[in-house]
Amino acid sequence: MTDPASDTTAFEAVEVVIPSDPAEARSVQDRIELSLAASDASERDIFCIKLALEEALVNAIKHGNQLDLSKSVSISYQVLRLSFEIRITDQGPGFDPDDLPDPTAIENLERPCGRGVMLMRHYMSDVEYYPPGNSLRMRRDFKPKQA
Amino acid sequence: MSGQPRKRLEVEELGDIAVVNFLDKKILDEQNIQLIGEQLFALVDNDKKKKIVLDFSNVDYLSSAALGKIIALNNKVKKEGGKLVLCKIKEDIKEVFTITRLDKLIKIVDDQQAALQAAS
Repeated sequence: MTDPASDTTAFEAVEVVIPSDPAEARSVQDRIELSLAASDASERDIFCIKLALEEALVNAIKHGNQLDLSKSVSISYQVLRLSFEIRITDQGPGFDPDDLPDPTAIENLERPCGRGVMLMRHYMSDVEYYPPGNSLRMRRDFKPKQA
Repeated sequence: MSGQPRKRLEVEELGDIAVVNFLDKKILDEQNIQLIGEQLFALVDNDKKKKIVLDFSNVDYLSSAALGKIIALNNKVKKEGGKLVLCKIKEDIKEVFTITRLDKLIKIVDDQQAALQAAS
Protein backbone atom coordinates (compact mmCIF):
# COMPACT_ATOMS: atom_id res chain seq x y z
CA MET A 1 0.00 0.00 0.00
CA THR A 2 1.24 3.46 -0.79
CA ASP A 3 1.79 5.67 2.20
CA PRO A 4 0.06 8.96 1.27
CA ALA A 5 2.40 10.82 3.59
CA SER A 6 5.50 9.44 1.89
CA ASP A 7 7.91 12.04 0.54
CA THR A 8 8.05 10.15 -2.73
CA THR A 9 4.48 11.27 -3.44
CA ALA A 10 4.87 13.91 -6.07
CA PHE A 11 2.26 16.63 -6.04
CA GLU A 12 3.64 17.59 -9.39
CA ALA A 13 6.52 16.47 -11.60
CA VAL A 14 6.99 18.53 -14.72
CA GLU A 15 9.46 18.83 -17.57
CA VAL A 16 9.11 21.85 -19.78
CA VAL A 17 11.20 23.74 -22.33
CA ILE A 18 10.56 27.47 -22.63
CA PRO A 19 11.98 30.18 -24.91
CA SER A 20 14.20 32.85 -23.32
CA ASP A 21 11.19 34.98 -22.47
CA PRO A 22 10.67 36.26 -18.90
CA ALA A 23 6.87 36.02 -19.36
CA GLU A 24 7.18 32.28 -20.08
CA ALA A 25 9.34 31.88 -16.98
CA ARG A 26 6.72 33.75 -14.96
CA SER A 27 3.99 31.31 -15.92
CA VAL A 28 6.19 28.36 -14.87
CA GLN A 29 6.86 30.13 -11.56
CA ASP A 30 3.13 30.70 -11.01
CA ARG A 31 2.42 27.03 -11.66
CA ILE A 32 5.15 25.97 -9.21
CA GLU A 33 3.75 28.30 -6.56
CA LEU A 34 0.29 26.76 -6.90
CA SER A 35 1.75 23.30 -6.56
CA LEU A 36 3.82 24.29 -3.52
CA ALA A 37 0.69 25.57 -1.82
CA ALA A 38 -0.70 22.03 -2.01
CA SER A 39 2.42 20.51 -0.39
CA ASP A 40 3.75 20.80 3.16
CA ALA A 41 5.74 23.90 2.18
CA SER A 42 5.35 26.71 4.71
CA GLU A 43 4.97 30.36 3.76
CA ARG A 44 8.65 30.71 4.54
CA ASP A 45 9.52 27.80 2.23
CA ILE A 46 7.47 29.35 -0.56
CA PHE A 47 9.14 32.75 -0.02
CA CYS A 48 12.61 31.16 -0.19
CA ILE A 49 11.83 29.07 -3.27
CA LYS A 50 10.27 32.02 -5.10
CA LEU A 51 13.33 34.16 -4.52
CA ALA A 52 15.79 31.43 -5.54
CA LEU A 53 13.71 30.49 -8.57
CA GLU A 54 13.55 34.10 -9.73
CA GLU A 55 17.33 34.41 -9.51
CA ALA A 56 17.96 31.09 -11.28
CA LEU A 57 15.57 31.80 -14.16
CA VAL A 58 16.80 35.37 -14.64
CA ASN A 59 20.35 34.03 -14.74
CA ALA A 60 19.40 31.40 -17.32
CA ILE A 61 17.40 33.72 -19.59
CA LYS A 62 19.35 36.96 -19.24
CA HIS A 63 22.93 35.96 -18.49
CA GLY A 64 22.95 32.45 -19.99
CA ASN A 65 20.86 32.87 -23.13
CA GLN A 66 21.29 36.66 -23.37
CA LEU A 67 17.50 37.04 -23.91
CA ASP A 68 17.93 35.32 -27.30
CA LEU A 69 14.44 34.00 -28.13
CA SER A 70 15.92 31.35 -30.41
CA LYS A 71 17.55 29.78 -27.36
CA SER A 72 15.59 27.82 -24.80
CA VAL A 73 15.66 26.95 -21.13
CA SER A 74 14.93 23.40 -20.00
CA ILE A 75 13.20 23.11 -16.66
CA SER A 76 12.32 19.95 -14.77
CA TYR A 77 10.96 20.03 -11.26
CA GLN A 78 9.27 17.94 -8.64
CA VAL A 79 7.13 19.16 -5.79
CA LEU A 80 7.12 16.45 -3.13
CA ARG A 81 5.39 16.57 0.22
CA LEU A 82 8.57 17.48 2.03
CA SER A 83 10.82 18.97 -0.62
CA PHE A 84 11.05 20.84 -3.86
CA GLU A 85 13.72 20.13 -6.45
CA ILE A 86 14.38 21.77 -9.78
CA ARG A 87 16.90 21.51 -12.59
CA ILE A 88 17.35 24.45 -14.94
CA THR A 89 19.56 24.32 -18.03
CA ASP A 90 20.20 27.15 -20.46
CA GLN A 91 22.02 27.20 -23.81
CA GLY A 92 24.65 29.70 -22.80
CA PRO A 93 28.39 29.06 -22.42
CA GLY A 94 28.09 28.58 -18.65
CA PHE A 95 30.26 30.07 -15.89
CA ASP A 96 32.27 28.98 -12.89
CA PRO A 97 30.05 29.57 -9.84
CA ASP A 98 33.09 29.21 -7.55
CA ASP A 99 34.87 32.04 -9.32
CA LEU A 100 32.40 34.83 -8.55
CA PRO A 101 33.55 37.85 -6.55
CA ASP A 102 32.22 37.81 -2.97
CA PRO A 103 29.36 40.35 -3.09
CA THR A 104 29.59 40.86 0.69
CA ALA A 105 33.25 41.98 0.55
CA ILE A 106 33.55 45.66 1.46
CA GLU A 107 35.06 46.51 -1.93
CA ASN A 108 32.11 44.87 -3.74
CA LEU A 109 29.20 46.20 -1.66
CA GLU A 110 28.58 49.12 -4.02
CA ARG A 111 28.49 46.88 -7.10
CA PRO A 112 24.88 46.69 -8.29
CA CYS A 113 25.05 43.06 -9.46
CA GLY A 114 26.44 39.65 -8.57
CA ARG A 115 24.17 38.61 -5.68
CA GLY A 116 21.88 36.08 -7.37
CA VAL A 117 23.94 32.93 -6.81
CA MET A 118 24.58 33.91 -3.20
CA LEU A 119 20.85 34.36 -2.57
CA MET A 120 20.06 30.98 -4.16
CA ARG A 121 22.62 29.27 -1.95
CA HIS A 122 21.21 30.97 1.13
CA TYR A 123 17.57 30.21 0.45
CA MET A 124 17.85 26.63 -0.81
CA SER A 125 19.03 23.53 1.08
CA ASP A 126 21.35 22.56 -1.76
CA VAL A 127 22.49 24.16 -5.02
CA GLU A 128 24.72 22.29 -7.45
CA TYR A 129 26.08 23.48 -10.79
CA TYR A 130 27.07 21.14 -13.61
CA PRO A 131 29.89 21.88 -16.04
CA PRO A 132 30.20 24.08 -18.00
CA GLY A 133 27.98 25.94 -15.52
CA ASN A 134 24.88 26.35 -17.69
CA SER A 135 22.89 23.83 -15.67
CA LEU A 136 21.96 23.76 -12.02
CA ARG A 137 19.96 21.62 -9.67
CA MET A 138 18.61 23.07 -6.45
CA ARG A 139 16.50 21.65 -3.65
CA ARG A 140 14.74 22.93 -0.56
CA ASP A 141 13.58 20.58 2.20
CA PHE A 142 10.45 21.41 4.17
CA LYS A 143 9.83 20.77 7.84
CA PRO A 144 6.90 18.36 8.30
CA LYS A 145 3.75 20.12 9.47
CA GLN A 146 2.67 19.23 13.00
CA ALA A 147 -0.27 16.81 13.07
CA MET B 1 -2.79 55.16 -26.37
CA SER B 2 0.51 56.83 -25.67
CA GLY B 3 3.41 54.81 -24.35
CA GLN B 4 3.55 56.61 -21.01
CA PRO B 5 5.21 54.16 -18.59
CA ARG B 6 3.04 52.99 -15.71
CA LYS B 7 3.76 54.70 -12.41
CA ARG B 8 5.54 52.27 -10.08
CA LEU B 9 6.14 54.68 -7.20
CA GLU B 10 4.18 57.11 -5.08
CA VAL B 11 6.28 60.06 -4.00
CA GLU B 12 5.38 62.39 -1.15
CA GLU B 13 7.45 65.47 -0.45
CA LEU B 14 7.99 66.24 3.22
CA GLY B 15 10.09 69.40 3.24
CA ASP B 16 13.22 68.61 1.27
CA ILE B 17 12.80 64.86 1.75
CA ALA B 18 11.17 62.66 -0.90
CA VAL B 19 9.31 59.75 0.70
CA VAL B 20 8.82 56.96 -1.80
CA ASN B 21 6.26 54.15 -1.54
CA PHE B 22 6.48 51.20 -3.90
CA LEU B 23 3.18 50.37 -5.59
CA ASP B 24 4.27 46.79 -6.38
CA LYS B 25 4.14 44.01 -3.82
CA LYS B 26 6.62 42.00 -5.88
CA ILE B 27 9.64 43.80 -7.27
CA LEU B 28 10.71 40.93 -9.49
CA ASP B 29 9.93 41.49 -13.14
CA GLU B 30 12.86 42.80 -15.09
CA GLN B 31 10.71 45.36 -16.92
CA ASN B 32 9.17 46.65 -13.66
CA ILE B 33 12.58 46.85 -12.04
CA GLN B 34 13.84 48.84 -14.99
CA LEU B 35 10.94 51.30 -14.65
CA ILE B 36 11.36 51.52 -10.89
CA GLY B 37 15.05 52.27 -11.40
CA GLU B 38 14.30 55.00 -13.96
CA GLN B 39 11.67 56.59 -11.70
CA LEU B 40 13.99 56.47 -8.66
CA PHE B 41 16.94 57.91 -10.59
CA ALA B 42 14.70 60.70 -11.95
CA LEU B 43 14.15 61.88 -8.36
CA VAL B 44 17.85 62.70 -8.18
CA ASP B 45 18.59 63.60 -11.81
CA ASN B 46 15.44 65.59 -12.68
CA ASP B 47 13.82 66.59 -9.39
CA LYS B 48 17.18 67.27 -7.73
CA LYS B 49 16.21 65.41 -4.56
CA LYS B 50 19.17 64.63 -2.32
CA LYS B 51 17.31 63.18 0.66
CA ILE B 52 15.25 60.12 -0.14
CA VAL B 53 13.31 57.72 2.11
CA LEU B 54 12.19 54.41 0.60
CA ASP B 55 9.18 52.95 2.43
CA PHE B 56 8.98 49.17 1.89
CA SER B 57 5.74 48.53 3.78
CA ASN B 58 4.00 47.33 0.62
CA VAL B 59 6.82 45.06 -0.59
CA ASP B 60 6.63 41.28 -0.09
CA TYR B 61 9.27 40.12 -2.57
CA LEU B 62 12.30 41.56 -4.26
CA SER B 63 15.10 40.13 -6.35
CA SER B 64 18.81 40.82 -6.61
CA ALA B 65 18.08 42.96 -9.69
CA ALA B 66 15.92 45.20 -7.48
CA LEU B 67 18.74 45.35 -4.93
CA GLY B 68 20.97 46.50 -7.78
CA LYS B 69 18.72 49.49 -8.48
CA ILE B 70 18.68 50.46 -4.79
CA ILE B 71 22.48 50.25 -4.65
CA ALA B 72 22.76 52.36 -7.82
CA LEU B 73 20.37 54.92 -6.28
CA ASN B 74 22.44 54.95 -3.09
CA ASN B 75 25.60 55.56 -5.14
CA LYS B 76 23.87 58.39 -7.01
CA VAL B 77 22.52 60.05 -3.85
CA LYS B 78 25.91 59.76 -2.13
CA LYS B 79 27.60 61.38 -5.12
CA GLU B 80 25.26 64.35 -4.72
CA GLY B 81 26.09 64.58 -1.03
CA GLY B 82 22.61 63.38 -0.03
CA LYS B 83 21.14 60.57 2.07
CA LEU B 84 19.13 57.45 1.28
CA VAL B 85 17.23 55.76 4.10
CA LEU B 86 15.11 52.59 3.92
CA CYS B 87 12.25 51.89 6.33
CA LYS B 88 9.32 49.60 7.17
CA ILE B 89 10.96 46.53 5.64
CA LYS B 90 9.25 43.21 6.41
CA GLU B 91 11.39 40.67 8.27
CA ASP B 92 11.79 38.29 5.30
CA ILE B 93 12.95 41.14 3.09
CA LYS B 94 15.18 42.59 5.79
CA GLU B 95 17.01 39.26 5.81
CA VAL B 96 17.90 39.79 2.14
CA PHE B 97 19.62 43.07 3.09
CA THR B 98 21.35 41.41 6.05
CA ILE B 99 22.79 38.39 4.26
CA THR B 100 24.03 40.53 1.39
CA ARG B 101 25.44 42.96 4.00
CA LEU B 102 23.71 45.85 2.28
CA ASP B 103 22.53 46.89 5.74
CA LYS B 104 26.17 47.98 6.23
CA LEU B 105 26.05 50.11 3.10
CA ILE B 106 22.59 51.64 3.31
CA LYS B 107 20.86 53.09 6.37
CA ILE B 108 17.87 50.96 7.38
CA VAL B 109 15.48 51.94 10.18
CA ASP B 110 12.17 50.57 11.43
CA ASP B 111 9.64 53.33 10.91
CA GLN B 112 9.10 56.39 8.77
CA GLN B 113 9.62 58.83 11.64
CA ALA B 114 13.10 57.44 12.27
CA ALA B 115 13.76 57.49 8.53
CA LEU B 116 12.84 61.17 8.25
CA GLN B 117 15.15 61.97 11.16
CA ALA B 118 17.99 59.94 9.64
CA ALA B 119 17.54 61.61 6.25
CA SER B 120 17.43 65.19 7.52
